[in-house]
Amino acid sequence: MHPILSTIIQRLGLGLLTLFIVSIIIFSSLEFLPGDFGQAVLGQAALPETVEAFRRELGLDRPPVERYFMWIGNVLQGDLGNAFSGRNASGVDRSREVWAMIEPRLMNTLFLATMAAVIAVPLALFLGITAALYRNSIYDRVVNSVTLTTISFPEFFVAYILILVFATYFKIFPSLANISDDTDFTEKIYRSALPAMALTMVIVAHMMRMTRAAIINLLASPYIEMAELKGVSKSKIILRHALPNAWAPIVNVIAFNLAYLVVGVVVVEVVFVYPGLGQLMVDAVTSRDIPVVQGCALIFAGTYILLNLFADIISIISNPRLLHPR
Amino acid sequence: MNNKSNDILLEMRDIRIDGYSDDRWHEIIKGVDLTLRRGEILGLIGESGAGKSTLGLAAMGFARPGCKISSGSVQFDGMELTDMSENERRSLRGSRICYVAQSAAASFNPAHRLIEQTVEATVQYNLQSERDAKLDACGLYKELQLPDPDNIGNRYPHQVSGGQLQRVMTAMAMSSRPDLIIFDEPTTALDVTTQVEVLSSMRQIVEQFNTAAIYITHDLAVVAQMADTIKVLRYGETVEDAPTRVMLSDPQEEYTKSLWAVRSIQKQPSVSDDIALEVRGVDASYGASVKVLHDVSIKVPRGRTVAVVGESGSGKSTAARAITGLLPPSKGEILFNGQALPPALKNRSKEQLQRIQMIYQMADTAMNPRHTVRDIIGRPLQFYLGLTGRALDARILELLELIELDASFMDRLPGELSGGQKQRICIARALAAEPELIICDEVTSALDQIVQEGILKLLLRLQEELGITYIFITHDIATVKAISDEIVVMFQGKVVEQGSKDEIMAPPYPDYTELLLSSVPEMDPDWLTNLLSKRAS
Amino acid sequence: MSDSENHTQSSGYSAAGEVTLVKARRTFSENLIRTLKSAPPTAWFGMIVIAIYLFVAILAPLLAPYGEAQVFPMAYAPWSDEFMLGTDALGRDVFSRLIYGARNTIGIAVATTFLAFLIGGSLGVMAAIGRGWLDQVLSRFVDVLMAIPSLIFALMLLSIFGANALNLIFIIAVLDSTRVFRLTRAVALNVVVMDYVEAARLRGEGLGWIMRKEILPNIMPPLVAEFGLRFCFVFLTIAALSFLGVGIQPPTADWGSMVRENAGLIQFAEYDLTAALTPMIPATAIALLTVAVNFVVDWFLHKTSGLRDEQ
Repeated sequence: MHPILSTIIQRLGLGLLTLFIVSIIIFSSLEFLPGDFGQAVLGQAALPETVEAFRRELGLDRPPVERYFMWIGNVLQGDLGNAFSGRNASGVDRSREVWAMIEPRLMNTLFLATMAAVIAVPLALFLGITAALYRNSIYDRVVNSVTLTTISFPEFFVAYILILVFATYFKIFPSLANISDDTDFTEKIYRSALPAMALTMVIVAHMMRMTRAAIINLLASPYIEMAELKGVSKSKIILRHALPNAWAPIVNVIAFNLAYLVVGVVVVEVVFVYPGLGQLMVDAVTSRDIPVVQGCALIFAGTYILLNLFADIISIISNPRLLHPR
Repeated sequence: MNNKSNDILLEMRDIRIDGYSDDRWHEIIKGVDLTLRRGEILGLIGESGAGKSTLGLAAMGFARPGCKISSGSVQFDGMELTDMSENERRSLRGSRICYVAQSAAASFNPAHRLIEQTVEATVQYNLQSERDAKLDACGLYKELQLPDPDNIGNRYPHQVSGGQLQRVMTAMAMSSRPDLIIFDEPTTALDVTTQVEVLSSMRQIVEQFNTAAIYITHDLAVVAQMADTIKVLRYGETVEDAPTRVMLSDPQEEYTKSLWAVRSIQKQPSVSDDIALEVRGVDASYGASVKVLHDVSIKVPRGRTVAVVGESGSGKSTAARAITGLLPPSKGEILFNGQALPPALKNRSKEQLQRIQMIYQMADTAMNPRHTVRDIIGRPLQFYLGLTGRALDARILELLELIELDASFMDRLPGELSGGQKQRICIARALAAEPELIICDEVTSALDQIVQEGILKLLLRLQEELGITYIFITHDIATVKAISDEIVVMFQGKVVEQGSKDEIMAPPYPDYTELLLSSVPEMDPDWLTNLLSKRAS
Repeated sequence: MSDSENHTQSSGYSAAGEVTLVKARRTFSENLIRTLKSAPPTAWFGMIVIAIYLFVAILAPLLAPYGEAQVFPMAYAPWSDEFMLGTDALGRDVFSRLIYGARNTIGIAVATTFLAFLIGGSLGVMAAIGRGWLDQVLSRFVDVLMAIPSLIFALMLLSIFGANALNLIFIIAVLDSTRVFRLTRAVALNVVVMDYVEAARLRGEGLGWIMRKEILPNIMPPLVAEFGLRFCFVFLTIAALSFLGVGIQPPTADWGSMVRENAGLIQFAEYDLTAALTPMIPATAIALLTVAVNFVVDWFLHKTSGLRDEQ
């Protein structure tokens, strides 16, 4: 078999294994709950029978291994179980399906993340590559200091500054990103402008610095000096000699930062009261609604793992040593 | 080496180059003159830090980042490079002046095929069409005796060996038929047997196209095969300029003579039947599959020096690791004073460890950069002999005197020592344990010639005074001649030959020993020519 | 300082006379002053800011005009002589809480970072020396932990164990120790392969001696820099969690929660800008400290090697 193929299959296998273990960790979070959590969820007035029925619904009367496989089986079919909230002591169950709660929110979050990524990725690559090419110039120093400052800012700080300036002082954008399914597309973009901007600023700073470092590292290779000594022009050195070797580091930088976006989105959503997955998760954590927390964590972690896996595979297929084995 | 005209191709006058380090500029080339005629080969020789590469690059009007040509003139074919714009200078590179770097593996772009890189400059300057340039490159590959010359260009750099890459790089330099090629230590990273092949093909091709060249190296014997004239450089200044034959037969400066200092030591070998250490039928492997030693047997007589010779990958360093217990053998045993040593390090007693000490190739990495000389030499004294306080200090001082250093070195850190001093401290650390056997792993190969001589003399003296037994691992035949009583030749993990120095160094030789010994360049400008004609017959 | 110019010609060769570069012997304070003199303005700015923060954190009870949780009968009082930065929704003095916040927020972050280094650092060095199964088990475990974004993981764990300061410290420290482990292991691996470590093993030295004397002194500079970077990360994570309401819980004064508690005031920017600035002040306090630490670390990294340009 071609070594590329076997390496990719190996990575895919490793990625699946990681997902499997992560799902076990997320599943077992239920195990660590104190024994009387049924009472806590349903309220002090709940009858022992109601609590017992609740525990049975969660399958707590069965061994954990069996329960895990039932749970993961359901998850793979899109069934994340029912939320804790909406139940009460009388045993009347008004709880909602977790997936039904997550789905619209997930779409909103993806919309926001995509919007930020579409602006941030090209911008960061441009800034990072130009800073590396004009290393130690005024431009480089300014960009460097600005981004070093920006990465030190908490996301909510950036977000509130944007609100202060663009929403309350100059009333250009709404401060609350109030969107729903029937908001039309341009309106959605308008209302999501500030959260997207906040995310972009945070990501661009990180990504630009990492791109710059990767390119500088690359330009220090002896084969770049060799190209210079062959009289190759500066632009050709970049295009022909640096770029083909830059894909792997650049893709890694992008994946790393998109994964970072996943985290940044939580705080930004809360600031702008954006109806996304992050907001949902934070609410669920506050009310200790474990199934919802599990569902959100599973989706965030899965995205994160897949992004990194994707970057891994790109760097494998852009590696000439693997592409053209001996 | 004829067809020399009096037409001057390159003339450098009073070149001064500054390098930036420790937050200030230092002068690293201090006013060097250099003249090169068309078709002439100039050997530029000097030790590490002499400024050879910097000067070579300056001939292209190029300075590495952190360096700048501060004054002087570089006239190439009547043009003043220092007055040109960067673009004008660039247009000479790759067309009329080409460069061959030391590390071929790092200097080729991993993402492109060899032939694309070979013809890149030629095509870019429209000297030839891409098709013609590629055909020509295949021709050059053939001239340079590369295997499968029509197809090797389609490979990627990681798919061919180091020696082959070095030749492809020569083809790359030759592709545009330049007037001048700068060879920057092109064979330093190669084994001696490969070096001969690369040298001969490089020499042949520059002669064929009557290309002028600057050949930079630290090895006088190598440069003697290539150059018409030799320039010796030290600390950024010219020591001596002379035609090759004159330089070899009648060097004027003390420093030039010291360049082949090691070759002047000749130990009178003596034999002994008193065996200190015996390696008996040892197999060893890394991991489960990679077997590196095959049935290795070595006898080491007491108070004598056994040199273990071989090229990289011959298993000579692995043999040392097996003896020290770092790599327990999978078969066979190691006897010390007639008793079998436990195979693994952790099962050996403190006393057994104390009797066998080791000195490493890179003194830099063999000493903890955060420990002072006192800590370094003192630790074995505390650990094995239990010395403390005054007795400890007195003994450290004795050891320092033994290695010809003084008390002022006690509190220095390794970073504050020269290469030779570092290696001496390592020797003192080994001596501190009062060992019977010291394993020296390429201890002189990272050092300059004159320093090598000092270290070898020291080791010889210590052997005479203290009766220590040495196992001396090296790839350098001159060192072997200088220090050994007995020689073990290793090849691909096997012992090819073992015997006294006189036996091994005299014919008849087994095939590999013959190849190895004959490949070592000698201080004779005709050596390569003679060797090639001998091999051809 | 380099005396490569006054070399002797080879005729009088002696080992002791070989050219070397001996650094001038200086006392610690002389060295410190020299180093500080060469610091760029950004690093100076960083050091001064850090010093002020430490001063405020240590002397908080002396500097604050009112108590940490002292309640006055006027909610959302405007900025005035009595309440420099006004009061919050419960009528607590914002300025006093800001000062106490320095102590709580920085204290918790420092404690967490220390704990993370204790766990990650010691396991990292052990894995590097021991290799074998311990290294395998720890490294795979860390791989899995790092496959979950740490803020998400922290949110999940806090929902199980409950949000309080102690849980916060432990959870963040454990999650962050994975990164410390990776770095320590990588740096220590570079040292472990050095000949001097092999020489110590050949001498018969024990594991403890090798760890303490051979490895630790050589991995300190990158670890010190990493401490600064990890502190920033931990500090921002805790601030984010507190801001989300699942971190440090009231009535403890903490900058992240203060931003959350006063965020509503930002809507009044057009009527009273100072009110809108009230939530921005603790946010700025957080940002300023991270900027300061980052500047100092940047300078330190540049000084010690220039390696690790970023990340």
